[in-house]
Amino acid sequence: MADQLLVVSSSPHIRSKETTSVIMRDVLIALVPALLCGVVYFGFRALFLVAVTVLSCVGFEFLWQKITKKPVTISDGTAVVTGVLLAMNVPVTAPWWMMVVGSFVAIIIAKQLFGGTGHNFVNPALAGRAFLLASWPVLMTRWVLPFTTGFTVAPDLVSSATPLAILKGTAEGEFPSLLDMFLGNIGGCMGETSALALLLGGIYLVIRKVISPRIPLCFIGTVAVLTFLFSSGDLSAFDSMLYNLLGGGLFLGAIFMATDYVTSPMTAKGQVIMGIGCGVITFIIRKFGGYPEGVSYAILLMNIATPLIDKYCRPKTFGTVAKGGGKNAEK
Amino acid sequence: MQKLTFKGGIHPNDSKSATNQIPIRELAPPDTLYFPMQQHIGAPLSSLVSVGDTVKMGQKIADSDAYMSVPLHASVSGTVKDIGLYLYPTGLKMPTIVIENDGKDTPEEPLNTKTLEELAPKELVGLVREAGIVGMGGAGFPTHVKLSPPPEKKITYIIVNGAECEPYLTSDHRVMLEQPEDVIFGLRAVMKIFSLNEAYIGIEENKPDAISAISSAAEKAKGIHVLTLAKKYPQGAEKQLIRAVTGREVPSGGLPMDVGCVVINVDTAVEISRAVRLGLPLMRRVVTVAGGAVKHPANFRVRIGTPFRYVIEQAGGFTEEPKKIVMGGPMMGISGYSLDVPVVKGTSGILAFTESEVSIRSTSNCIRCGKCVEVCPMNLIPAMLSAHSIRKNLEQCEKYHLMDCIECGSCSYTCPAQRHLVQSIRWGKQQLQIKRAKERARGNKNG
Repeated sequence: MADQLLVVSSSPHIRSKETTSVIMRDVLIALVPALLCGVVYFGFRALFLVAVTVLSCVGFEFLWQKITKKPVTISDGTAVVTGVLLAMNVPVTAPWWMMVVGSFVAIIIAKQLFGGTGHNFVNPALAGRAFLLASWPVLMTRWVLPFTTGFTVAPDLVSSATPLAILKGTAEGEFPSLLDMFLGNIGGCMGETSALALLLGGIYLVIRKVISPRIPLCFIGTVAVLTFLFSSGDLSAFDSMLYNLLGGGLFLGAIFMATDYVTSPMTAKGQVIMGIGCGVITFIIRKFGGYPEGVSYAILLMNIATPLIDKYCRPKTFGTVAKGGGKNAEK
Repeated sequence: MQKLTFKGGIHPNDSKSATNQIPIRELAPPDTLYFPMQQHIGAPLSSLVSVGDTVKMGQKIADSDAYMSVPLHASVSGTVKDIGLYLYPTGLKMPTIVIENDGKDTPEEPLNTKTLEELAPKELVGLVREAGIVGMGGAGFPTHVKLSPPPEKKITYIIVNGAECEPYLTSDHRVMLEQPEDVIFGLRAVMKIFSLNEAYIGIEENKPDAISAISSAAEKAKGIHVLTLAKKYPQGAEKQLIRAVTGREVPSGGLPMDVGCVVINVDTAVEISRAVRLGLPLMRRVVTVAGGAVKHPANFRVRIGTPFRYVIEQAGGFTEEPKKIVMGGPMMGISGYSLDVPVVKGTSGILAFTESEVSIRSTSNCIRCGKCVEVCPMNLIPAMLSAHSIRKNLEQCEKYHLMDCIECGSCSYTCPAQRHLVQSIRWGKQQLQIKRAKERARGNKNG
């Protein structure tokens, strides 16, 4: 006994087993249904692109930390999650080298240059996506319908029509059925089409207490209310709302991107503001902007507002307002 | 039954099953006992004995004129062997009286011979001080100070804290089970001090046997309500307990008396009962000895002054090399580097942890997950307080109510990045106190 030194440290002496890597593992598990849908609908090329993106993200993080002589933290899983999310946010027709460029922007520019995990001010995957969309707008919007692609994509199958683009009038085409939209049997980015799969992942995250449902519910709810009140095109208010909810990246963004811890508020009140803010901006972009989809930019803008939201949304400290109040105070 | 609780908090594994079914064992005192002269919050004591003196069991051996102090008593009879600096469980050295036990337990005259009915409230408070009673939960706040609030603070609630929300610890549980009459008697004494006919005992739901034992003992004494509390840490923190029982919030920077409450620990009630009924001062306490490295975890009734090493030996020693020794519970206890420290009035437990029990993992960046905000029972933003504390950004710390932190450790427990949130906040609080003291000193000079 006397030989071995005892550890002396500040309390508490026990800690929860839930570490950052456990949380990231849960996020990855939650992404599996949507990822599977992507592979089923868009073929093995989807899997190939996800693999390229994840490897690039982890590789860039590893290289950066080696070069700058910082502790290597790739085992925390954050770069893997960034890679999967970035890949899910591009069409299956994207060339593989573009994913490497996107990974570079996400990991090096958006994340590591600002101090690594926990210090980025915007979601890295969304920053990567925004960069790709601005740089290669055509390559980023070459949609294909499900079950038409193998490893390569036949050029004549490519179309620019998505339900939201048709809704906006920037593309010609038929609306798919709402059931197909719910299941994801439509054109779109690899991971965004199936609302059902994304919802399953979201429920898993809420049950596992990885995320609170505040941001997704407020985000989706706000878009629902606004698109119902201000319907677009010739559709009924109800159909306009449903196509807006199920089309584009709303579920992917609301459940997996807007809830990113680092770039969303820490307090309950702040999270409600974040959700509503994302919803309002998404609606404004879709309705009045030149672009049929608005989820990514809405989240990016609210990411930037997060420090301000956190500054003004502080919980009421115990014992600060209701002095001696409470239900039995009259006793 | 309605389960009362507070907002926030955590649900760690309570790890109480190793000891909560084993009756308390009386531990024979060792040959040498150590009596540090400041086992309470307040002024240090001066010795009333000299080296070579013989002392009786229960004899007062140190005292102070200061109001914020309680006297210290020998827990055995014997000879004063030394008075000098010895290691205290917090890791510092403290003036300590060392007594060699003669094994006879020759008793001192009792402190009190009157009955509870004969004692006036003032006399009762005086007896509590003379008996050296402090809060037995760990902090060591002098109980007589709690029992004598200024006249403008009208006390309406007396609450006995039987929550015992710290994992591993079962000493309060066993006391409630084995001595429910003592708990009730001690509580009745406190009720008499405040001339109140009603009082409350809050017990966490994971101790149903204690709830029924106390309930049946309380039936005989009218006006004592036993309340079931939800099992959640830190349910036994004073402010959270008051919130659960009364719905009142102790104001920021205030004391329980500010909302008309007095909270006493289960073991404190037992000691008050012993002082009144038997005239005995505080000389012993129940200590939970547990943790993965202990061979036979148990609850011992230990004489104050008994070295940890002796207590551990009585529990069968270690099964493997412990990695950490903690006095108190795993959430708020103090880790020490030596077993050669004595059991003091605030030692609720001695825990010897193996490497796998105490997570010693490296810290990573804050990912702003907000889990610390969700669990903070004081509704603070621990991540922010910690960051500002580390940067010594004291103005921001004040703005975010740094001083309201009760250091329960829920934030550190829950942090997925393993950050030392409480530790940095505690440091920040010290810095802020130093800064305020300097400002006061400057203000006095100028004024």
